[in-house]
Amino acid sequence: MSAVMIARKVRKWEKLPGKNSFCCDGRVMMARQKGVFYLTVFLIVGTCSLFFAFECPYLATHLSPAIPVFAIVLFLFVMAMLLRTSFSDPGVLPRALPEEATFIEMEIEAANGNVPAGQRPPPRIRNVQINGQIVKLKYCHTCKIFRPPRASHCSICDNCVDRFDHHCPWVGNCVGKRNYRYFYLFTLSLSLLTIYIFTFAIVHVVMRSVDSGFVKTLQDTPGTVLEVLVCFFTLWSVVGLTGFHSYLISLNQTTNEDIKGSWSGKNRLQNPYSHKNIVKNCCEVLCGPAYPSVLDRRGLTQDDLPVPASTAAQSNPVPQTTKTTAPLIPNEHTPDDAKSSIADSAISHAEKGSPSPKKEKPPTPAKVPPLASPETDVEASIIIAKEKAL
Amino acid sequence: MATEFHNLQELRHSASLANKVFLQRDYSDGTTCRFQTKFPSELESRIERPLFEDTVKRLNTYYAEAEKMGGQSYLEGCLACATAYLIFLCMETRYEKVLKKIGRYIQEQNEKIYAPRGLLITDPIERGMRVIEISIYEDRGSSGSCSGSSSTSGSSAR
Repeated sequence: MSAVMIARKVRKWEKLPGKNSFCCDGRVMMARQKGVFYLTVFLIVGTCSLFFAFECPYLATHLSPAIPVFAIVLFLFVMAMLLRTSFSDPGVLPRALPEEATFIEMEIEAANGNVPAGQRPPPRIRNVQINGQIVKLKYCHTCKIFRPPRASHCSICDNCVDRFDHHCPWVGNCVGKRNYRYFYLFTLSLSLLTIYIFTFAIVHVVMRSVDSGFVKTLQDTPGTVLEVLVCFFTLWSVVGLTGFHSYLISLNQTTNEDIKGSWSGKNRLQNPYSHKNIVKNCCEVLCGPAYPSVLDRRGLTQDDLPVPASTAAQSNPVPQTTKTTAPLIPNEHTPDDAKSSIADSAISHAEKGSPSPKKEKPPTPAKVPPLASPETDVEASIIIAKEKAL
Repeated sequence: MATEFHNLQELRHSASLANKVFLQRDYSDGTTCRFQTKFPSELESRIERPLFEDTVKRLNTYYAEAEKMGGQSYLEGCLACATAYLIFLCMETRYEKVLKKIGRYIQEQNEKIYAPRGLLITDPIERGMRVIEISIYEDRGSSGSCSGSSSTSGSSAR
């Protein structure tokens, strides 16, 4: 009796912990709750459609054909920025491998010294000096790492995100180091689009009323009323948000730091990341280098393992649909499993420790370099261990 | 006690993992990617200090080059913005080019310097750019008390 061996390609995104959902075989990464994001898309597309349907024909003939052309360009830019913000990796920091977590724990214990029984151990904090300022790095119990400066753990996505700004339900994703500039450009271009549509909707109503009268105009183009309403309410929030983020960028601060009052000046704490120059701060945030994602979402898990049919059915969820359940987190393995898996994964890791020949890089919008993801090696090695036990 | 391995293949076949050392990030200059050049005590008997420091300093230089804010990065940023970042679908960013260079450098260092001494450097990007992981291998024949030490302490610490 032999088990049917299936060589099934399992991509690393299927094994990533955290509460993200992935689409298009790992190319798209979002938060789980996407309802408000769909609303955003609907509002933008809906309002623009009404504009193109009702206002543009009149304005193109009576004013200038450049008006709808510019509107289309602006609309496409807004959608591109929105999708880029929503679908990209915000700068998620992968969780520590068991060895790294152990190493850090040992360092913490060494630093704390002997804690008398019954006393609470001191909080896990590491002090670093950045540009002459003492910054406290906190330990993340979920990810088992000391968070880099400016990183924060998002409870909605259950990930540590580098340069965490905030979790935005309107875009359905966290806003962090990698997608902050797209988020800012989205709010900026959306403000322009809203002002543009609002202005030209009013202009259109005025011009048409001069010819046909106000009431008849509204009867001819009922969409205008809806547009003006949506734009009016959107204006206040989006323009305000753009202004707020412009202020943050000029000071090189994140929303998270602003809310917590990290650099508010009390206790003589100054922002150590600011260049003290508005232009330099803006350039760094908006025109800085495009940081790569350190999550290798589309890489294949360890060596296209031949997976026995029964194990495949249990441990691998169907990848075609959006992955919504959090996969097995390596830290919850039993000690025995972990021991054999660490040994196995280390040896095989040595095989690919030096940049591996698996540099097949599918042209994805996210442009992720092929990398090993910590959890998958352990997970795959568990399968090896199970096979050996059989 | 020098365990001699002549190449990565030999390392793989005849060695077992004894320990791992993690070089942490150096944040004194801000959030730019830099690693501490402090020489870990576990490596004292395995590799000469200047060689090790040279490797780490070189890596730091590469990362600084990738993250440098200068004319080229601004130009790339503005051009990309003008095309609504669609240009990144066909063009490789400067950071990615430097990462490839780093990958090649680490492989070369592993082959020439580290594997013969029973060590292996893992590319930091495989650890989320948080640490440089250096694996220390022992010859399988002589692996006594050392091997598995990290695993046992790992399971108890959890």
